[in-house]
Amino acid sequence: MIRLLVNDQEHELTADPAMPLLWVLRDLLGLTGTKYGCGISLCGACTVLADGEPVRSCTTPLSKVSGKKITTIEGLPKDRSHPVQQAWIEEQVPQCGYCQSGQILSAVALLARKPRPSDADVDQAMSGVLCRCGTYPRIRRAIRRAASIAEKDA
Amino acid sequence: MPRLAVTRREFMRISAALGGGLLIGIQLDNRARADAADAATAAAADGMFTPNVWLTITPDDVVSIRVASSEMGQGVMTALPMLIAEELDADWDTVRAEFAPINPAYANPIFGRQQTGGSTAIRGYWRTLREAGAVGREVLLTAAAQTWGVAVESCHAERGQVSHGNSGRSLRYGALARRAAGLPVPESVFLKEPSQFTLLGRAMPRLDIPAKVDGSAGFGSDVKLPGLLTATVARCPVFGGSVGKVNDKRARSVAGVRKVVVISSGIAVVADHFWAARQGREALEIDWNPGPAARLDSATITARLAERADSGTVGRNDGDAERALASANRRLEAVYEVPYLAHACMEPMNCTADVRTDSCDIWVPTQAQTSVHQTAMRLTGLPADKVRVHTTYLGGGFGRRGEQDFVIDAIETSRAVGAPVKVLWTREDDIQHDFYRPATYNRLAAALDKQGMPVAWRHRIAGPSISQRDATARETSGSDFSATEGALNLPYAIPNILVSYARVNSAVPVGYWRSVASSQNAFITECFLDEVAAAGGKDPYALRRALLGEQARLRAVLELAAAKADWGSPAAAGRFRGIAVAESFRSYVAQVAEVSIAGGQPRVHRVVCAIDCGMTVNPDTIAAQMESAIVFGLTAALKGEISIADGRVVQSNFHDYPLLGFDECPDIEVYIVPSEADPGGVGEPGTPPIAPAVANAVFAATGNPVRRLPIRL
Repeated sequence: MIRLLVNDQEHELTADPAMPLLWVLRDLLGLTGTKYGCGISLCGACTVLADGEPVRSCTTPLSKVSGKKITTIEGLPKDRSHPVQQAWIEEQVPQCGYCQSGQILSAVALLARKPRPSDADVDQAMSGVLCRCGTYPRIRRAIRRAASIAEKDA
Repeated sequence: MPRLAVTRREFMRISAALGGGLLIGIQLDNRARADAADAATAAAADGMFTPNVWLTITPDDVVSIRVASSEMGQGVMTALPMLIAEELDADWDTVRAEFAPINPAYANPIFGRQQTGGSTAIRGYWRTLREAGAVGREVLLTAAAQTWGVAVESCHAERGQVSHGNSGRSLRYGALARRAAGLPVPESVFLKEPSQFTLLGRAMPRLDIPAKVDGSAGFGSDVKLPGLLTATVARCPVFGGSVGKVNDKRARSVAGVRKVVVISSGIAVVADHFWAARQGREALEIDWNPGPAARLDSATITARLAERADSGTVGRNDGDAERALASANRRLEAVYEVPYLAHACMEPMNCTADVRTDSCDIWVPTQAQTSVHQTAMRLTGLPADKVRVHTTYLGGGFGRRGEQDFVIDAIETSRAVGAPVKVLWTREDDIQHDFYRPATYNRLAAALDKQGMPVAWRHRIAGPSISQRDATARETSGSDFSATEGALNLPYAIPNILVSYARVNSAVPVGYWRSVASSQNAFITECFLDEVAAAGGKDPYALRRALLGEQARLRAVLELAAAKADWGSPAAAGRFRGIAVAESFRSYVAQVAEVSIAGGQPRVHRVVCAIDCGMTVNPDTIAAQMESAIVFGLTAALKGEISIADGRVVQSNFHDYPLLGFDECPDIEVYIVPSEADPGGVGEPGTPPIAPAVANAVFAATGNPVRRLPIRL
């Protein structure tokens, strides 16, 4: 039995401890907002937060995150009121949308760590999350906007 | 022309109500009420107003609009409803979009099929959907007039309600739905003139975006069903190979694996979840029969293309290019090559099927609903009405999702195990079993006169055909669009032009890839034109401008992009500019790329893009699609290459088939030329000019022409 805390909800799972967190979330818990893109930590579509830090869930075994606080895209406010979600809507970022959970959670982690990130900070935080639709210019704008929304809210 | 059935009195009445506009007869599909197509008969009884297959207005004032094109990021789920809402005079805040079911009534008029591709959504449905909205507005006006016992001419529709001019009374569409449902549908309606548009041409927030920031958007791989199993398929790595001997004992003993079944594409491991299926697949011991392609490699393919390049069929022959080249004052020759490319949609291929003895349901991120329907009917033997196709969101498409291979996987596997099954491909499957953008080999030649102007142009193409990919005969069509578009329609005023094409198919499967042949031919023709300009001592912009005298729209975007990019003044130190234009899918695009070279690598800093796509629907989506097409094309220009060794694809995942990353993305500026021309395509036309714009900037920087993609210095 492995205990897992996802979006403030406790789960007790009978599963292979080697099973990647991605498939635990998607196939055992039904949290399909986290996406499979490459399976080897190259694209970032599967990014979730573990104790606030972005991790690639496709290569993170279940055993490694037991006891940690996992946040998935479903853990953001249902009314889409997180500054990053607001900014993503205002800048009309998503196209196909498939990579966006990973993009949004990477941005959430960045802004939690650095409320006013430099361009270099943004490059560093976002460069590992691939987008085939090419939403990068809007992501950059949206992160700036999210930072200013968060500042106003604070 | 559609039939016009309207009396003079009716004409005056409708005309007055709308304040002018274009009278049209209604197309047959829009005259049929939706109840022929689906459940709207019951809906009508509940007081819903469903004037045609496209829209339903309910008493709670919601306007539900069906979207027949697939939403793969290009914004159709917003742009197509805008066409209806405009003519319906709907209140946009009450509009909801939903995916259409499978039905011939939803076919894109350009294809006669339910299919998304070729940048055709707006072009195809432009008339049909506006008509559908106008019909709704007409009936609602009548319903309001009857409710109040006034003349319909005195009623006016605006933002989701009908108002009566004299009395100040008004009713929301929702309140009129019940009465409207009982009224006949008119035979003809007025469509607005562009000057009357209130919605079209305005940047509207996309309807699908909220669901794409909270994880709730349902992609194909997210489908959930009771008792759903997940499968992954082991495929022969060699193209055209087949399964020989299989030992599945270890695979079947993996916890969670239910069954191992042989299907036409390989061996499907069916399990409770993907992780188990994948472990099971890795535990399979398979002897493959590699088949005849076992020794195929990239060098062999290129050699075959080179050998056949001069033996193509002529598709365009203006003047006498051969003679002009033979007697040329100055002659220029070059060989251009492009590699195979994978689509690499972020969502790997997948499909979910529930095949039963008397029905078949398919949930699929597809660009080709009609093909899926036909595939399922063929494989199951079920009649059309027993096969249902449920379209999900697509995690990218780019042409890949018009194919049927992943659909066949799911149908065969579900039938074999007697349960609903989701077949999910791995990224490796996706990269190694694609239908690739063709690799081509091109011999170019040009003749220059004493003033340095080109007087002859010869382009000989050799490569596989997508449209004739199963052909084995030697006869080639010189105008095969899937290989020649972007080359055949060279826009420049050169008196002698010859374009030929030799079809050379191989075992490597080829398919439609964002902007198809224009994606490679724009690179080839626009880069060779820069070689011509350099040889003739001309500025690349000035030469294009001079040669585009008859091409007003292309010349206008060229001038706009050049002006916005400050072409006339020198770039910052260490920066170099390249320019390129392309017409594709009835739209005209010019781009200027600003590039520097550092560490032996080109870096693209800025791209200025000008597009004329005729009348605009959602300008912010046009800008987004230009950004998207540019980033997509930059990956091809700077990184993309699929190579073949031992009959198989060498690359397998994003480490060896990398995509442009966030920190490599240039600043992109998009300028839209105002136009009242018929709408052109938007999803693809931004891709063709970017590779040549960047390559021409590299040529400007290094003095060496770039004749092969991806760009390697």
